[in-house]
Amino acid sequence: MFELLGIPPQALFGQLLLGLINGSFYALLSLGLAVIFGLLNIINFSHGAQYMMGAFVAWMLMTYAGINYWWALLLVPIIVGTTGVVIERVMIARLYHLDHLYGLLLTFGLALIIQGLFRNQYGVSGLPYSIPGELSGGTNLGFMFLPNYRAWVVVASAIVCFGTWFAIERTRLGAYLRAATENPVLVGAFGINVPRMITLTYGFGVGLAALAGVLAAPIYSVNPNMGADLIIVVFAVVVIGGMGSILGAILTGFGLGIVEGLTRVFYPEASSVVIFVIMALVLLVKPAGLFGRTA
Amino acid sequence: MKLPTLIVASVASLLMAGTAMATDIKIGVLNDRSGVYADLSGEGSVLAARMAVEDFDAAAKGINVEIISADHQNKPDIASTIARQWYDQDGVDMIADVPTSSAAFAVADVTRDKNKIFMNSGAGSADLTGAQCSPNTVHWTYDTWALAHGTGTAMVQEGFTKWFFITADYAFGQALEADTSAVVEAAGGEVLGAVRHPFPGADFSSYLLQAQASGAQVIGLANAGGDTVNTIKQAAEFGITQAGQALAGLLIFITDVHALGLETAQGLVLTEAFYWDINDETRAWSERFAAEHGGSMPTMVHAGVYASVLHYLKAVEATGGKETEALMESMKTTPSEDPLFGKGVVRPDGRHIHDMYLFQVKSPAESKGPWDYYSLLASIPAKDAFRPLADGGCELVK
Repeated sequence: MFELLGIPPQALFGQLLLGLINGSFYALLSLGLAVIFGLLNIINFSHGAQYMMGAFVAWMLMTYAGINYWWALLLVPIIVGTTGVVIERVMIARLYHLDHLYGLLLTFGLALIIQGLFRNQYGVSGLPYSIPGELSGGTNLGFMFLPNYRAWVVVASAIVCFGTWFAIERTRLGAYLRAATENPVLVGAFGINVPRMITLTYGFGVGLAALAGVLAAPIYSVNPNMGADLIIVVFAVVVIGGMGSILGAILTGFGLGIVEGLTRVFYPEASSVVIFVIMALVLLVKPAGLFGRTA
Repeated sequence: MKLPTLIVASVASLLMAGTAMATDIKIGVLNDRSGVYADLSGEGSVLAARMAVEDFDAAAKGINVEIISADHQNKPDIASTIARQWYDQDGVDMIADVPTSSAAFAVADVTRDKNKIFMNSGAGSADLTGAQCSPNTVHWTYDTWALAHGTGTAMVQEGFTKWFFITADYAFGQALEADTSAVVEAAGGEVLGAVRHPFPGADFSSYLLQAQASGAQVIGLANAGGDTVNTIKQAAEFGITQAGQALAGLLIFITDVHALGLETAQGLVLTEAFYWDINDETRAWSERFAAEHGGSMPTMVHAGVYASVLHYLKAVEATGGKETEALMESMKTTPSEDPLFGKGVVRPDGRHIHDMYLFQVKSPAESKGPWDYYSLLASIPAKDAFRPLADGGCELVK
């Protein structure tokens, strides 16, 4: 059997696919961040905590109310998104006229508080959430055993990413949003309620994080630290893609998942730093990120 | 001498005797209070230390014990900073627990520097009482050698001879992999390979696929806590176990089994130093513990903190002071006895030895209720459970 880069092609295909699956989470999360940053200019550091809340709310719905995974997919983003709306109205809205740094500090503080509360209540070992019956099992692809649930994650994530990109870049609503970012006063003068639109956008971004949380719940253990571990990587993804660039966030999310997956084969010890090495290189060559526009 | 003078003199001497006898002890419980090891150590270890002080009835014996705690976040640099501050400024006499071997080595160094005492329960590396042993360290609960020999030997005897390791890439994981490899090879088995993942990790599917491709019969998990939980969960998802490969969790705590659920964890073979349901004494103690710990049963790390603090306090009582050399001498010459580990002894290299147990995780049908998770496969007697004194390469052993 021939070998590619020292490993059999079967193993390589398997790892590429796994990278794509992890990339789906990066893409979904960095998409939410990019939407919030691009349209609100807020660096939402509580994104990881909101992702974790998504997983927890799914677990709570299942445990306390017997609501299954499919309903959770719909309800959880709404519930967690609503908490986002409240946070935006009560706190973040007061910071728009200040430097980015204040929004970052506020959301970072919120993340610590939310994680602390969940940790206090549920501990760190994690809670079990099983894969829905319809998606359990897997398919033997010849080069690897692909769990059906993971295949579903890739498909779901790709659909949501495309939908969001389309809504923002290709619809009238998206045009309003982009216009409001450029010049809120002018857009307001046309009779559009800009503050409400911004609030809902934040809620939507948070909802995306929560959706990623529901998708992650059956794969990873549902625990209060799950977001904190991921958020730093996701920020690196956003920076590489270009802060605020929606397409950039999606493409780099999937792409870096694959790069990380390959690193796990060739030099696993470096897999937690490879993304940051790429970030440093990209910043040196293109400070605005791969898809970013320099202002 | 007139009578009043006599009275004054005797009262004064009594008072002086009183002050001379009262010993103030400050114990610092240093562990992970927020990360992957927080449930297996964390606040439970502080509770265990407090229970030891209560059960010893320290106050009645003229020993005032104060317990403080801190979060080392599993980072060696943070652990050594806190340890140094505790010894230098806060007057801490003894540090207990300290999971995460890399952090434990850092604390052992500082403790030796400051000539204080370190009673480790949570960390795994057998080097703590081997090549890097210290006259100031006691290692109580378990170590990588004991785990490797318990689970490793049992698995090889069952016919699982070809191994692949998924290893947490730090001192503990590397030690556990090395010790288990030695056991496997000594028993005529073969190690086909290993992959080292950054600590802590979240997605282990890539490593599992590599393990699968290796063609090994058994995948040894040389990691712990949340990492092990995720690895086992994902192994089930990727059909690794269904396809015929076995998993050997080399360090699994009861809190991990609780997090996994019996459906996923059933059948795992594991080595532990303590289980709540061994005898009447462990049950009674564990139920007291659970009542104050939100219903969670103690891990072996919690039990080890309790027993090690108890042994330390007995030494304080016996020596009537807190002079480090005298305390260490007393702890090593007096056999230990407590309700959780029974009779034991601290060896010259600082290793506490006691029986270890080989358990198998029950199936959901076998389990009679919450926390009824293990059935006992074998007891490993203390003399066989830990590395022979002469083999550790510790400078204290002559």
